[in-house]
Amino acid sequence: MPNDTILAAEDISHTYTGPGGDLPTLESVTLELSRESFVCLVGPSGCGKSTLLRILAGLLRPTTGQVRLEAQPITQPQRRIGIVFQKANLMPWRTVYSNLSLPLELARMPASEQEERTTAMLELTGLTGFADVYPAALSGGMAQRVAIGRALIHDPEVLLLDEPFGQLDALTREQMSGELLRIWARHRKTVLMVTHSIPEAVLLADRVLVMSPRPGRIICDLPVPLPRPRSLDLLHRPDFVALTERLRRSIHPA
Amino acid sequence: MDGKVFPHRHAEPRIGDRPGEAAGRPRLTPVFPRFRMVWWQFLLAPSLGAIILVLWEILARSGVYASFILPAPTDVVERWWSLASDGSLMRHGAVTLREVLSGLLIGLTAAFWLGYLIAKNRIAAYTLTPYLVALQAIPIVAIAPLLIIWFGSGIASKVIICALIVFFPALVNTIIGMRNIAPELRDLMHALEATPLQTFWHLELPAALPILLGGLKVSATLSVIGAVVGEFVSASEGLGYLINFGRGTYDTALVIAAVYTLSTLALTLYGLASLLEYILLDWQR
Repeated sequence: MPNDTILAAEDISHTYTGPGGDLPTLESVTLELSRESFVCLVGPSGCGKSTLLRILAGLLRPTTGQVRLEAQPITQPQRRIGIVFQKANLMPWRTVYSNLSLPLELARMPASEQEERTTAMLELTGLTGFADVYPAALSGGMAQRVAIGRALIHDPEVLLLDEPFGQLDALTREQMSGELLRIWARHRKTVLMVTHSIPEAVLLADRVLVMSPRPGRIICDLPVPLPRPRSLDLLHRPDFVALTERLRRSIHPA
Repeated sequence: MDGKVFPHRHAEPRIGDRPGEAAGRPRLTPVFPRFRMVWWQFLLAPSLGAIILVLWEILARSGVYASFILPAPTDVVERWWSLASDGSLMRHGAVTLREVLSGLLIGLTAAFWLGYLIAKNRIAAYTLTPYLVALQAIPIVAIAPLLIIWFGSGIASKVIICALIVFFPALVNTIIGMRNIAPELRDLMHALEATPLQTFWHLELPAALPILLGGLKVSATLSVIGAVVGEFVSASEGLGYLINFGRGTYDTALVIAAVYTLSTLALTLYGLASLLEYILLDWQR
C-alpha cells in the first residue's frame, strides 16, 4: 500500500443473503484512495455502488476482503470517515444550526468550540440566514448543503458521498456541484463520491472509477487531468467533452 | 377556530421530494377548516347549547317527567353547587384524579419500556406479543371484579385498572414510533459513533415523540374511563362512586353533576396533553 493511501479496499466481495436466495452484489473490488484526492464512482443502477460505500464507511461488513483506514482494518463506523446519504437525512426536530452541530455534540466537544465551528460551517455552506429554520422549510438543495456541512463539521479525513445530488433537479444539481468544488477547495479531504452523472464525475474528480453491472467490479480507472481550480465553465471545453465521451463508452461499450 | 389550536402543516412539494413522499414529515389533518371566523360565528356553538338547556328546563318543569327521572338543569347546577360547597366534590374528585394520574404514569411507563424492548429485540417481540394481544382482548370491565378481589376495593385496584386500560394503546404507539425511525438516521448515528444512550436521547425519543404524545391524549381520556369502571365495581369514594350512589338513591341530579365533573376532568387532561404536544412539537408547526 503506497504511503499516501488513506483508505483502501482489498479484494472486497459482498453477497446479499435474502429470502430469495443469495445475490452477489460486489465481486473482488480493490481500490485505493490517496490522501486529499477526489474520486468519483460511476456505474449502472443496482451495480452495488451504495453497498461498496456502506462497506467503506464500516456500516456493512464485506463477505470477504477488508477495508483499511491507513493501516487499521475497519470493522465498525469511524468518526474519521464522514458520510452523506442520498437523502439529506436531517433530523426534522432540529434546526439547521443544531443539525450541523450534532456530530460535535455526540463527540462531547466543549460548547464554545461547538459554537465556533457551527457558525463557521453555516457561513461556508451559505446557510447563515437559515440557522434557526427547521428542515421542513428547506428546499432539497439547501437540505443537502446542511447534510454536507454536517459531514464536514467534525473534520473527518475521508468523506463518502452517496449520490448526494441524486434527488435534486438538474439546475440545482449543477449549482451544487459548483458549491462542492468551492467547499472542497477550502477543506481538502479525501472524497469518494458515487454519482449517476458523467459530467458531474468529470467536473469534480481527479479520478473516475467505473463499475460493471451486478455483481459490481471496477472495470475502468480513468484519471481526469483537468487543471484546478475548476468551475462550471469547464463543461463546454473540448477536452472536458472528450473525457465524458471516453467515460460514456467505458460504461456502455458499443 | 382559526386553526392555530389544532396544529397542522401544509404539504407543499419541495425540490428533492420524491413523488408521494414528503421526507418523513408526519401530518395532522385539520379537525376544523382553516376559516377565519367573524365575531358572531363564535356565538353559534354556545347558542345551540343554550337552546338545548332552555328546552330541557322547560321539559323538566312541565311535569311530564318526575324530577328523579329528569331533573331540570337548574336543579343539577344547584346539586353541583351544594356538592362543591360542602367539599365532597373536591374530595371525590381528588380521589378519582389520583387514580387517573397514577394509572397513567404506571401504564405509560410500563408501555414505553416494554414497547421499546419489543421494537428493538426480536426475541422479546416473538415471546411477548401473543400474550400482549391476548391481554388486550380481555374486556377490562370483565376483569375489573377480579382485580378488586385481588387488590382490594381501595385505590390500588383502580390504579391498576387505569394502568391496564392505558397500557395497550400506548404500547402499540411506542412500537410504531420506534419502528418508524428512518434507517438512514440510524446509520447516521452509527457513523457518528453515537453511544446507545446518545442514540436514544438524540434520535429515538425525539423521533417517536409525535406518536407518543398522540397516544398520551388518547390515554388520558381512557384512564378516566378506567377509574370509573373500577369505582363502579366497588369503592367508597370517587366520582364513579358518587354516580353509583346517586343511582341507588334516585338522586339523578347528583348523577348528572358527577358525570359533568368527570367529563370536565377528562377534557382538562386532554387539553393538557394537547398543550404539551404544542409545546414539545414546535418543529411541526
